[in-house]
Amino acid sequence: MHRSQKSASLPFIVWMVLFTIVPIILVIVYALQNGGGDFTLQNFVDFADPIYINVLLRSIGIALLCTAVCLLIGYPTAYFLTHKGLDKKGILILLFIIPMWMNFLVRTYAWLTLLESNGLITSTVNAIRHLFGAQDDVRLLYNYGAVLMGMVYNYLPFMILPLYTALDKMDKKVIEAAEDLGATKFQVFVKVVLPLSLPGIASGITMVFMPAVTTFVISRLLGGAQFKLFGDLIEQQFLFTGDWNFGSAMSLVMMALLLISMGLMNRFGDREGGGIL
Amino acid sequence: MKNAKKERNVFARIYLALVLLFLYLPILTLTVFSFNASKSRAVWGGFSLKWYISLFEDTDILQALYVTLGVAILSAIISTVIGTLGAIGFSSMNRGQKALWLNVANLNMLTPDIVTGVSLMILFIFCKLNLGFFTMLLAHVSFNIPYVMFSVLPKLKQMNAHAYEAAMDLGASPAQALVKIVIPEIMPGIISGAILAFTLSLDDFVISFFTTSEVQNLSTLIYSMAKLGINPTINALSTLMFIAVLSLLLVLNRRSALVERKKPQHHHHTTA
Repeated sequence: MHRSQKSASLPFIVWMVLFTIVPIILVIVYALQNGGGDFTLQNFVDFADPIYINVLLRSIGIALLCTAVCLLIGYPTAYFLTHKGLDKKGILILLFIIPMWMNFLVRTYAWLTLLESNGLITSTVNAIRHLFGAQDDVRLLYNYGAVLMGMVYNYLPFMILPLYTALDKMDKKVIEAAEDLGATKFQVFVKVVLPLSLPGIASGITMVFMPAVTTFVISRLLGGAQFKLFGDLIEQQFLFTGDWNFGSAMSLVMMALLLISMGLMNRFGDREGGGIL
Repeated sequence: MKNAKKERNVFARIYLALVLLFLYLPILTLTVFSFNASKSRAVWGGFSLKWYISLFEDTDILQALYVTLGVAILSAIISTVIGTLGAIGFSSMNRGQKALWLNVANLNMLTPDIVTGVSLMILFIFCKLNLGFFTMLLAHVSFNIPYVMFSVLPKLKQMNAHAYEAAMDLGASPAQALVKIVIPEIMPGIISGAILAFTLSLDDFVISFFTTSEVQNLSTLIYSMAKLGINPTINALSTLMFIAVLSLLLVLNRRSALVERKKPQHHHHTTA
């Protein structure tokens, strides 16, 4: 009877082999071949070119900056959300969750309409500047700031939620104990609350950094054709240049980057969580 | 002392209000300007529904809506069946096999969307499949299966391990035991997995983008329209999509509130 139960997994196994394992093997095979189908490491050597490395570094840089901004905005948000005095807390938390379920393209498009030259924010900023005697118009779209803005807007809820979960399930008695033992508010925060929320911080960082470092949509829509991130390079290789070999090599570099950073975050989150317990 | 606490609460409220403003101002502006008679994005030209009318006259958009819903419903059903059966079969695997397939499912979830997208695109073109509705559906089922599986697995773990065997001892066939004992017990996990799969499919852009060419869903259509510039019709479409998601969430929230209310009773029952 156990055999029959095990065979229930068969469709799952077949599907995973066909659509998860085989595609990844194909990417590896393509990455290790040249256009003629011969084995080569040339694709990885080509990637070491400063042009590509700079794009990679820019992607990592802007994703880190976005993660830092989200953490700075998100931590106080999550912390205040756990306050007891708030009324209608359930609705309030729902309000912070709703944006996560909004279509990602709609969220990005919303910033496009605000930041383009006739957009609400741009025209307001320019009107204020003209009041103070400025003659020229500022352009807020198609630059680094616009892409960063779009990223923070898109990924902030993904930082708030894990932080809120970690802070909310924290045992309030530990905080009271620290206060009873004479710790100041600042000490309680630094020595008790912050260390206990580290697993939440770790998963928040992972949930923001991962999509931010791989995006190509936000950079394309808000950064314009000139502002390229790592994701744009991969998209270009597959859809415009048609060099699958080089594109596959870049995909593997991206996978490696993500798995390494995820491994680091997991270890950090686990160790701190486990150490406290 | 009490005053300080009150002050802190006021500060907390202002801070939370500002963050909410940041989260909702863009979408609200988008919504307001979808009712704007003029094409301007900054000047109000009077109330109008003309962008909504043009939305429903646009065959491309309607087509994309059908594709989106079709892929979401079909992929949710298929991935729920495969993911649930997969989770059930796990319980009779040995440790090594189980760990292997859990890792594969994790790999599937952790692979960045863009890599999933291009790797499936390579596979489909390699197999000479035309990129379109069918390939998009295959791709959506693939990324949905692990999510369904991981919502069903905890429910299976909670289940009484002997219930299945007891049913068999009483003469049920394995299929009967599955349908009459196991499935009802893990139903909440199956339902939340199916809903998750449905919403993930609705929301997806990146994987769809690489696994279809001519057939568009709403996400890929918005992308290609937005690349050409602002179009108030997209505002109208975005507003409707936002309202749809919002109502879905509110319904689900009420449902889970009902489940929560039911829980203590159930808990009492099992511990007694």
